[in-house]
This record gives sequence, structure tokens and C-alpha cells, in this order.
Amino acid sequence: MRRRNGRIDGAMPGAAETRPPTARAARLTVRELTSPLAGPFDLELAPGEAAAISGPSGSGKSLFLRMVADLDPNTGQVALDGAARETMSPTDWRRRAPYVAAESGWWCDGVAEHFSPDRLAAARELGAEVGLAAELFDGPVLRLSTGEKQRLAIIRALVLDPPALLLDEPTAPLDPDSTRQMETILRRRLRGGLSLVVVTHDAHQAKRLGARHYLMRDRKMSPA
Amino acid sequence: MTAISLSPLDLSIAAALVAFDAILSVVLRLQLHRQVLIAGARMVVQLVAVGFILRAVFALHHPAATLAVVLVMSAIAAREIAARPEQKFRGLTGLGLSAGGVAIATVVTVGLALLTAIRPHPWYDPRYAVTLVGIILGSVLNSGSLTLDSMLGGVARLRPGIEAQLALGASFHEATFPLLREAIRRSLLPIINQMSAAGVITLPGIMTGQILAGLDPLEAVKYQILLMFLLAGASGLTSFIIGFGALRRLTDDRQRLRLDRLR
Repeated sequence: MRRRNGRIDGAMPGAAETRPPTARAARLTVRELTSPLAGPFDLELAPGEAAAISGPSGSGKSLFLRMVADLDPNTGQVALDGAARETMSPTDWRRRAPYVAAESGWWCDGVAEHFSPDRLAAARELGAEVGLAAELFDGPVLRLSTGEKQRLAIIRALVLDPPALLLDEPTAPLDPDSTRQMETILRRRLRGGLSLVVVTHDAHQAKRLGARHYLMRDRKMSPA
Repeated sequence: MTAISLSPLDLSIAAALVAFDAILSVVLRLQLHRQVLIAGARMVVQLVAVGFILRAVFALHHPAATLAVVLVMSAIAAREIAARPEQKFRGLTGLGLSAGGVAIATVVTVGLALLTAIRPHPWYDPRYAVTLVGIILGSVLNSGSLTLDSMLGGVARLRPGIEAQLALGASFHEATFPLLREAIRRSLLPIINQMSAAGVITLPGIMTGQILAGLDPLEAVKYQILLMFLLAGASGLTSFIIGFGALRRLTDDRQRLRLDRLR
């Protein structure tokens, strides 16, 4: 076991990993979220609560997450701790409720370039927890496996220390070990007050995360 | 003026070269042979028609006639730019963008040339105005279509990366700036090539034409230099306007990537 708490990194942004980011906790409220393609959706998550959504392909799970993140045109109310999405810039909103797509996207050649320099140390720490060697961060994206990309894409969002997080099939390309390790991080964040919405085909994952389970069918969501 | 007249037979021998391109396309399965042949035939019809029209317009010597010809040429250029990319905007957006780019770039550069450098009397003398617009539009068409094609093709190709950045709170500008830069860069390569090669690797068309027509080489060179500058300016302007315009249409007030506006 590594001495996680013995580290002297109080001045670094990575310090968020060692103390629970309670200041980041917020209640996620979704009301009447509708687009021409899907909805209306309603969802309310208290700080530290998780929702797991499952359902057949094309049922609207990703659409729902994208609408909450405001990546697709939509109407309705989405708020964090009562602060409506419309009252802040779209970039601020998405930084508070980042969305991680099922297929990770990359925009530079090097892995490290996808992290802001002041978050890289925190990212490496999280990477170590999910079995990513530190050297991976210094290499090119081209050399990453699908599973490595997926873990890094989630870490990219986690290092923002967001109060809410939207994950689309976060562990689908991961082996059982990495899946458990990722869930350990997510549970820790939940304890710190994170509101988590996760799309998953794995019914056990919902249980392991202590998530409320929802079913998506024909672009409508209902408690399972 | 001691230009040597060409016979239709001379031209048909040269046309065999276009046929070679078409054969190349069939052999390499480029699926371009129809386009090559149609473009070749189109070019002949267009040029012959233009020859007659210019003759008439020069004879008329009226600003309205000059303006009409210029407008028609610009409209066709705009249509070509909008039609070129594989990915296209829905509706009239592409056409509107191209028209804006063509109009601004042409008016600015041709206006500059007519009001400062060439200064014909009257300034709308079709012999200058129409030919200048024609030359400029060639460059505008090149850079405009390259820009629009890189923007729209690139945005579809780079979508996962762009959306990943947006989803993490990056601004649309941050996420798409590399795309714009790449598109403008690509669109400026032809004019850079043209300028670097001018006189060393190639003898530019206008200069050659004037020399063939009997003008003193140095006079011809001065014209060519002026034109190259105009072409460079027009390329950059078109590219900038169409590139920025395309980006604006690819997003909305919530900084989303609106690929639903493409078809």
C-alpha cells in the first residue's frame, strides 16, 4: 500500500485527490429536458448521489447526457444547486458538468497536451490508480489502446474536480480490474459530493456505485 | 499586335491531353473521369461564349453592362465555391458565405487596383474592370473552395476531438481554432506557390499573354507583379471571410458544434 496521505502536495491542484472535494458538491436538477429527438426528461440528484441509466442502443441514453451537457440543442431546465445553466456561460456549465463520450476524442498528438499543465500531476496520480503507467502521459495518443484512451478520457474530466459528471459507458472497453479501480475513484468522488450520471449496460455497476437505476426506452426515461 | 491565330485543329490536338487525364482516372478508379471531361467541355463552351460577350461589352462601353458581367461572374464563382466541398451546409448557408467572401474580396482588391494602380478612364472601362475581376475570381475560387472544403470536411473528421474539448468546458473558438488555421493555411498554399514559382518555374498567364500579344516584357512584368499582389490579397480575404463565416454557422449561442446544419 502506498502512503497516499503522507504526500506533501498541499500547494498542488492534485491535492483535491487527498482531501474530499466537498466544496464542489452540488445538487443536479433536470426538469422537462426536451429536444426534437428525445425527452422530456426529469432527474434530481442530491450531492453524492449517482444515477445509472441502461437501455437498448439508440434508446436515447447518450442523447440525454449530451442534452444535460448542453451539447445538443434542447429546452428545459438544468441547474446545479439552483443555478440554472442559462445563467452561466456554456463553457462554465460544461466545466461543472463535463460529459465523457463513449468513444473518447483527442485533439493533439501527445497525451500530456490534453491536460492543462497544472492538472497533469493530479492526472498522473489518478492514472496510477487505474493501472496507467506514468510514461503513457509522455507518449503519443496513437500508441494508446482503446481501454487506456477511455481511462484517460475519464481522468481528463475528473481532474477538473467537477460537482457533476456525465459518463457514457465509462467502463465498456475496460477489463474487470480497471473497471473496479475506476469505480473506486468514482465512489470516492461520490463520497466527496459528486453528482454522477452514468450510462451503463452493466447492471452490477449500478449496484457497485450505489446508483439509482433508470431505464431508457424509446427516448423516455423511467425508474427501473 | 502580332498574335498568332490558332485553328480549331490545333485545339483538338491539345484536347487529347484531357482525354489522357480521363483515362488515368478510369485506370486508377479515381471516379473523376466524368468530372474531368465535363469540366473540359464546359471550359470550351464557357470561354467561347465569354469571348463573344466580352466583344459585345467592350463595344457597349457602358457601366451597367460592365457591372452586369461582373455580377454574373461573381455569382458563378460563389456557386462553384459552395458546390465544391464534399460536406455541405444545408440550405443557402454555403452559397451566402461564398457570395460574401467573393463580393468583399473582389470589391476590395479590384477597387484598389482600379482606383490606385491602373486608373483607367473611365474607371469602369470593361477592358480593365472585367478582366481584373476575372483574374481575381480565379484566385478567390481557389482559396474559397479550399477553405470551405477543409472547414467542412475537417469538422466532420475532427468531431470527436472538438466535442471532447467542448464537453470539458473549452470554448468553441479554442476547440475549432486549429481547424480554421489549417483551412486558411491550405487555401494560401496555391498563391504562395504561384508567387514563388513566378518567372522561375512558370511564366504567369497574364505576362505570357501580354508578351505573346507583343507587349514589352518589362511592362508585362509590372502588370504581373501588381496582379500577384492582388491575387494574394484576394486569396487571404476570401479564405478569412469564408473560414470565419463557416465557423460561426457551425456553432450557436451555447457554443455547441452544430453538425446538424450540414447535410
